[in-house]
Amino acid sequence: MEWEVVIGLEIHAQLATNSKIFSGASTAYGAEPNTQACEVDLALPGVLPVLNKEVVKMATKFGLATGSTVAQRSVFARKNYFYPDLPKGYQISQFELPIVHNGKLEIVLDDGATKTIGITRAHLEEDAGKSLHEDFHGMTGIDLNRAGTPLLEIVSEPDIRSAKEAVAYMKKIHSLVQYLEICDGNMQEGSFRCDVNVSVRPKGQKEFGTRTETKNLNSFRFVEKAIHHEVQRQIEIIENGGEIIQQTRLYNPDTDETRSMRSKEEANDYRYFPDPDLLPVMIEESFIEQVKSEMPELPDEKKQRFMSDFGLKAYDADVLTASRELANYFEATVAAVAGEAKLCANWVQGEVIGALNREGMEISQAQVSPALLAGLIKRIQDNTVSQKIAKQVFEAMWNGEGDADAVIESKGLKQVTDIGLIEQVIDEIIANNPGQLEQYRSGKDKLFGFFVGQVMKQTQGKANPAQVNELLRKKLSS
Amino acid sequence: MSLEKSDVEKIAHLARLSLSEDDIPVYAENLSNILQLVEQMDQVNTDDVTPMAHPLDAVQRLRADEVTEANQREKFQSIAPQVENGLYLVPKVIE
Repeated sequence: MEWEVVIGLEIHAQLATNSKIFSGASTAYGAEPNTQACEVDLALPGVLPVLNKEVVKMATKFGLATGSTVAQRSVFARKNYFYPDLPKGYQISQFELPIVHNGKLEIVLDDGATKTIGITRAHLEEDAGKSLHEDFHGMTGIDLNRAGTPLLEIVSEPDIRSAKEAVAYMKKIHSLVQYLEICDGNMQEGSFRCDVNVSVRPKGQKEFGTRTETKNLNSFRFVEKAIHHEVQRQIEIIENGGEIIQQTRLYNPDTDETRSMRSKEEANDYRYFPDPDLLPVMIEESFIEQVKSEMPELPDEKKQRFMSDFGLKAYDADVLTASRELANYFEATVAAVAGEAKLCANWVQGEVIGALNREGMEISQAQVSPALLAGLIKRIQDNTVSQKIAKQVFEAMWNGEGDADAVIESKGLKQVTDIGLIEQVIDEIIANNPGQLEQYRSGKDKLFGFFVGQVMKQTQGKANPAQVNELLRKKLSS
Repeated sequence: MSLEKSDVEKIAHLARLSLSEDDIPVYAENLSNILQLVEQMDQVNTDDVTPMAHPLDAVQRLRADEVTEANQREKFQSIAPQVENGLYLVPKVIE
């Protein structure tokens, strides 16, 4: 039987505020345990949460960027459950009236086609603390520094039909929240994580199958693998005559398996109700207008501009706008060269990204600045070096050996454009290879490459390839 | 609507309350009465009424995003039953 996979994602993006959602404690990562957990975060009696304005602004930005409705009135609710890293006995979240709803996002698939994924809602909530189960004499240690950190939970429609689409959607949201500067996107530190809802149904069937939820995936690769695993598991159960049970599962990256979690708490009844400590949040039209005026250029707008202003292909524009930093790097390079956008794009996508991947670095750590790269590109432009030699210069710049001119000078890499000199080399080579010359002249065209190779070898790659080609053609046929 | 003994036990479990066997019928009756009152209110047509989220007709105040809390861990932990390495210790919980 042919199966159709149905996927919905719940992404938790930690909002990049200075202080917590309901208290004035710091949200900085990596502090000593419990040094950033104040009375409100500890749920001491008599405290009152007060909402952080920046959180409302950030959610509004996200809403505007995804064509969502930003609710004029939204309400915080208590989600009740007991766990020691949640000292109040409830999480403050939003239930019936989220701050953002009914948006959409366009993703680009491998074959270049686009697909629109609906965003059901995005609501504000507080994060819980951390439980440490190492050996504390048989007890559990609780660190409440993370308790009260603002989260935006972004819930997609079940519009996703494959693991690849899920990853494309997640990457798009990841890039978007960083463009908007509302989340640092750091997946290792848990600032951006994802729960995946998966079900399968026979192709053509209208009703959804029973779904499972796999929690807390903090890398794109894990999302892809967890979905593959879960789809396989569900199809096997159904094909063997079994039934899928609605449950929460955990993915184990070491064994590449998902397993059931909290089966006893399946019938979890959160008993949501409006939090009496917090009043409804009202967002004025003027506030939305203000936020709108502060919005940065979004990835899709930037991509369109790169295509129309710089003549880049859709694929290249997509790669270069994947992150705001990379796009800035590219634009700074083009500005410093004052043109040659396509050449700049090739160099950023090829050498710069290649070197970053090789060294496991982020674009912010690039050892060659846009100004340095621009210096090199200008030397390609004015024929001082060939593309091939330029790669050598780039390596040297990456290793801190100075700017392009300094490297070209010290390594003697200046391209030979002296026609007389090139002709001299060509004459020598033709004289030394009479056999090849005869074969070439009797129709073995392929040997042209042999002669080019010899000239480049003789000149240590420094001869201008275009000139070599032209002069060789002339000499060989005369 | 009237609650069964098992409903009361479930609600008590979710709220982590321990009830004595003898008290359960009393709770069942009291809670059922509350639900009956709600049912009575349900008779009223509220189609054009926005559900009330808060008894006060006011709007949430917002605070500026500033760190205003200093570290007072020593003070908070002085009243905790057990602490170690800056962590609050609680009976072991593991899934």
